[in-house]
Amino acid sequence: MSESAASTAKKRPEFRNIDGASLISYRWPLASLASGMHRVSGAIMFFLMPFIIWMFDNSISSEISFLKFKAAFNVGMLGLPGFVWKLVVLGLIWASLHHFIAGMRHLWMDTHHEHVSKDFGRQTAAVVLVLTLTLTLVLAAKLFGLY
Amino acid sequence: MSVNYGSHRTVVGAHYGMRDWLAQRVTAVLMALFTVLVLAQLIFTKGPIGYELWAGIFSPQWMKSLTFLVLLSMLFHVWVGMRNIFQDYVKPYAVRFVMHVFAIAWLVACTGGAIEALWRL
Repeated sequence: MSESAASTAKKRPEFRNIDGASLISYRWPLASLASGMHRVSGAIMFFLMPFIIWMFDNSISSEISFLKFKAAFNVGMLGLPGFVWKLVVLGLIWASLHHFIAGMRHLWMDTHHEHVSKDFGRQTAAVVLVLTLTLTLVLAAKLFGLY
Repeated sequence: MSVNYGSHRTVVGAHYGMRDWLAQRVTAVLMALFTVLVLAQLIFTKGPIGYELWAGIFSPQWMKSLTFLVLLSMLFHVWVGMRNIFQDYVKPYAVRFVMHVFAIAWLVACTGGAIEALWRL
């Protein structure tokens, strides 16, 4: 091996697992965006789990708790106005839609290796992102009473 | 540092293998089917969704059992997912350990709360 080849080989960057700082400096092609958002959406639902359970509990327990559940979004709760809670729910709607649809894509890729390619990854990621954002907008309009 | 992937991977008893990977996918399918089942009952309803309809979805015994199963699926699914996230981004073992403990406590507490709410109905 020549001297220059050896030094070039040494300079080649070595990529191990990513850390927090590289998250910002990375390029985000569509496939990695869909995948990254899958993680983000999962983490959001993890941290908001107590709120989700609060909603589940109050919405099913009784007529009175159901009214309390509704009032949180119409009147407000814990000193925060209703629209703030609606925004939290909108975040959860986006997270669950993205996690669901991107999850379908991952399941498909796990079971259909013959379809997996760079193009397939990019195209299906685009479908996931477009579908998720469209459905989120439709449900946001419903949530804020536009129809 | 030596190579720790592919055929050179150091095999340790930390569940890096097939079991959790598969369990995460099986639980995902279960939760997805459950979601469709619940959403279908809401979408094909005319008019506003009131308490009777919403609580009625969860009140039959078989639905409670199914929801219980889905809650347990969620517990395991989220545990695998959060553990993956912590393993990827949290490098110091002590911090990672504390976060793993936190995730387990958080998930067990949340699942318990959800089951309690379900059985109160």
